Amino acid sequence: MWWRSASFILDQRHVEDPPNDVASSSKEPDTLSTLSPPQTYSSFMAAADPFNPIPNPKISAYYQTRAAHTAVVTSDWLAQAQAAVGHHPDDSQAPQTQLLASPSASGKSFCVINEFNNWRKQPDLAEAVAAIRALAAVIRASEATTMMELEIELKKASDSLKSWDTTSISLTAGCDLFMRYVTRTSALEYEDFNSARSRLIERAEKFGEISCKARRIIAMLSQDFIFDGCTILVHGFSRVVLEVLKTAAQNKKLFRVFCTEGRPDRTGLRLSNELAKLDVPVKLLIDSAVAYTMDEVDMVFVGADGVVESGGIINMMGTYQIALVAHSMNKPVYVAAESYKFARLYPLDQKDMAPALRPIDFGVPIPSKVEVERSARDYTPPQYLTLLFTDLGVLTPSVVSDELIQLYL
Amino acid sequence: MEARRASRTVSDPKVRHVGFFTPDPNPQPGWNPLAADSPVSNSLSPVMIPPPRQPSDRTAAVPVPETGVRRQTGADQVPVGSYNPSESLLGSSPVPSSPSSRVGLVDGEFSEESNGWFRRSESGKYAASLPDTMVERAPENSASAAPVVLESKKSVEATGKGGKAVVEEQNEVQSSSKPLKAKTTKAERRALQEAQRAAKASGKAEGNKSAAVSQGAAPVKPVKQPSQKKDGSPVSVSVSVVSFDKKGGDRPPEKERKKDVPAPRMQFDDKNRVQKAKKHAVVKQTEARNRVELFRHLPQYEHGTQLPDLESKFFQLDPVHPAIYKVGLQYLAGDISGGNARCIAMLQAFKEAIEDYSTPQEKTLVRDLTAKISSYVSFFIECRPLSIGMGNAVRFLKTRISDLPLTLSESEAKAALCSDIEHFINEKIILADKVIVRHAVTKIRDGDVLLTYGSSCVVEMILLYAHEMGKQFRVVVVDSRPKLEGQALLRRLVAKGLSCTYSHINALSYIMHEVTKVFLGAASVLSNGTVYSRVGTASVAMVANAFHVPVLICCEAYKFHERVQLDSICFNELGDPDAIAKVSGRMDVNYLNNWANKENLQLLNLMYDATPSDYISMIVTDYGMIPPTSVPVIVRRELEPILQSNIFTLSGALSWETIRGDEMGCSDLGLGMKLCSHGTHRVLPDVD
Repeated sequence: MWWRSASFILDQRHVEDPPNDVASSSKEPDTLSTLSPPQTYSSFMAAADPFNPIPNPKISAYYQTRAAHTAVVTSDWLAQAQAAVGHHPDDSQAPQTQLLASPSASGKSFCVINEFNNWRKQPDLAEAVAAIRALAAVIRASEATTMMELEIELKKASDSLKSWDTTSISLTAGCDLFMRYVTRTSALEYEDFNSARSRLIERAEKFGEISCKARRIIAMLSQDFIFDGCTILVHGFSRVVLEVLKTAAQNKKLFRVFCTEGRPDRTGLRLSNELAKLDVPVKLLIDSAVAYTMDEVDMVFVGADGVVESGGIINMMGTYQIALVAHSMNKPVYVAAESYKFARLYPLDQKDMAPALRPIDFGVPIPSKVEVERSARDYTPPQYLTLLFTDLGVLTPSVVSDELIQLYL
Repeated sequence: MEARRASRTVSDPKVRHVGFFTPDPNPQPGWNPLAADSPVSNSLSPVMIPPPRQPSDRTAAVPVPETGVRRQTGADQVPVGSYNPSESLLGSSPVPSSPSSRVGLVDGEFSEESNGWFRRSESGKYAASLPDTMVERAPENSASAAPVVLESKKSVEATGKGGKAVVEEQNEVQSSSKPLKAKTTKAERRALQEAQRAAKASGKAEGNKSAAVSQGAAPVKPVKQPSQKKDGSPVSVSVSVVSFDKKGGDRPPEKERKKDVPAPRMQFDDKNRVQKAKKHAVVKQTEARNRVELFRHLPQYEHGTQLPDLESKFFQLDPVHPAIYKVGLQYLAGDISGGNARCIAMLQAFKEAIEDYSTPQEKTLVRDLTAKISSYVSFFIECRPLSIGMGNAVRFLKTRISDLPLTLSESEAKAALCSDIEHFINEKIILADKVIVRHAVTKIRDGDVLLTYGSSCVVEMILLYAHEMGKQFRVVVVDSRPKLEGQALLRRLVAKGLSCTYSHINALSYIMHEVTKVFLGAASVLSNGTVYSRVGTASVAMVANAFHVPVLICCEAYKFHERVQLDSICFNELGDPDAIAKVSGRMDVNYLNNWANKENLQLLNLMYDATPSDYISMIVTDYGMIPPTSVPVIVRRELEPILQSNIFTLSGALSWETIRGDEMGCSDLGLGMKLCSHGTHRVLPDVD
């Protein structure tokens, strides 16, 4: 499915606009958060140290990372953010990390998970892309002398990555897609091992690049759906959705955004903060006010942790109920998701997934006899979704499965 | 189109008898509701009801300038019968396939293998493309000034009345006696056509005279439809057709016949075809008597008599290989049932037959073997209609035979075919089942209550495998009369130590409360996601859907079919009606004893039904777990090697779809077209 990626829309854009303009503007908020690691999260991070290959099984590492990257806006975080806005970040940040990563790769004891975690620390980089980069590094660092060896090595690396965090759908999907994309080629028929290997590396890099560009492509594709004067409801903090809204704002579209609060990590606050910086009118809602405000809403925009084979999505807790409300009021629900989030899963109902748990802070001590639902995500069936914006194009939910079948069979 | 609509509305009210409709055995002879209540019958507006099988109709439907002229002339073209878009579509679309190849390869299992039912000559009709017809038409048009009444009277079976036909017919024209059933069934239309042909010779002689009469009386052709009599009794079809000569009484009947579009599958309400098919039939089937109106197009036979008859003929039948014969008898006796078992038995019989096959002198293996296989298949069909999976398997085998390189020696070719058959059995059925089990088992969690209906071997394998894996779950086996297949399943499950609940379908809504998942097998999955399965499946799926219980369909990909089906009427199988009339082991329930032959009692024992895709959460197949919307993708992948070219699919799907459109009563060409495009475009684009 990658060969017919809708990346042409980006190329068009590059012709129209000076490219560095887009690049620098999109970099700004992300590097901003890199510069200000949220101190308040050290306690959370202690529960699941990203460098620890065996995380606490009770807590989803995926959501820990997300929380670390996108979560609670505290006053000291804001202060740091304000300070960070002062000095403008230069673009050499990413290459630097790359340089940091390569020495560890060249070391004798190369570890995918370390590599992965290095990449993962960049908030701009999706987990799947980090995994793709890490796997590409595996090929590069490999000392295998035959294709078979290399393939086995790659398989092992991807398996260890997948088992590192079983709750992350995009990690699993990204690894699987990488394996399909890289190994299912004629490269394996090359006689010379070195040329085959370099071809694999080339493909791996191309794959990483496509995955990186995906967000921009989606933002461009979705512009047609945002019209002047519309009201958009967003839920949670999704980097793709933010990119979409940012692009819309840059295109001088007039719209307003309703942000849900996004309990318990209050990711909506962060999103509203980002949008306020772009001078987009934002209104914050508590999560339970969705139905109350749905009347005024023209469309619902959500991201996705994973897009499953039925065409439904797995996303932050609360997406399902928002989709239900929107469906009953005939409002369109748009999902922005990169295609590396397409997973060969088929949940039949909410409980049909490996639960991803996360701590929930109620502010007051909860009596031990009271049970707390700590699941971090829910499954929204396809019939409640209108369209999926992906880097493959704008798809109806039923196409997802077609794409997956084509890819995996 | 307007005219057609009008005619349709006139004749409609009597058509839509749904379900158990008992034809009135004594239609009142002089009563004429058409004249009484329909304004159309008195008006001058032409009522055009083209007959489906009339070649002239085909051209009428094609938008050519002459149409307008014909309209003006009024009641010229008075085809009787509902409009059947298939003719026009097929007639206007150039179909380059040669007659013989079409018979061999074209449409789905239910038509293609039924060579035995089709007269071979009919296939030639397909080749008659439009230009042909038009050329012939031209001189006829010029000659059409003189109106001639073509009287058609009496189907061939109407014995003894033939001589009086013309006279009677005139009377009927005058009185426009009421059609008991205004919608012409296929049988009627067919019979009409036959009658027309038969009457042409005599009709032409007296034609001019009578034309004057009928024209003077009413420009509207009174469409007289005969009462639909019970099968078995001679059906007298008396239809009067007022027609201008344009459509040529001078056309030789053979020619017309050639141009007829072959039905995509045998329509058993078509008397003539049934008659002809019977001549070739090996199995002497006695048709059941009281059949339900809506399902007359399906074969229904008296059960029980054929087996001894067939057995006694064993030594007289040399063309049928003993292995084929054996399997056919097993189908007939019901010893082999279940889609997979039947398909494997059939393929293995084919394998044996191929092993024993030797090419006759002066014949080529490819052609002769294909013909042989076709004759075997039609023998199987006589024993019991093929399932869709079996149809796909036959298609696969035929493609393989025709793909054989000519350079291969006979023994090599045979070996290649046998290994192909083995491969098909292993990969498409046995391995596929294993893969399905692996996939489906991931959906079974501890504490689940799984419901299954009837007996599906894949579902059974899933349940047993999950049990072996140590999952803790409970099974609810829902069953229904008359087959009670669930009991066998239940027995096997209980023997393996699963905890089971057994219930009948009547208690479904009660038991559904506690169920967490429903696993169902399927006879076929069609490309719009409709699941075609044992009768009762649809209601189980519907109840489950109402209770928000996910419904998982387990079906091997070789059973997928590119067809689109919206209901379970047009294509189905009828079981033994006695099975529902009698309750075995209950002497006190004998209310229907000896009632089966009552004229006003009709028993309907349907074998399959169609479950709409809305009720289905997931289809588990050998390609993984897919939503019902992705069936076309699988169909494309699965049938790609089987289907040879676009044209074959196109024609097969087209004819099928348009027939469907007709049966649903959408006389509107537009709707028919829409159906076709829906049916074909998703399947076709990537075929080659």
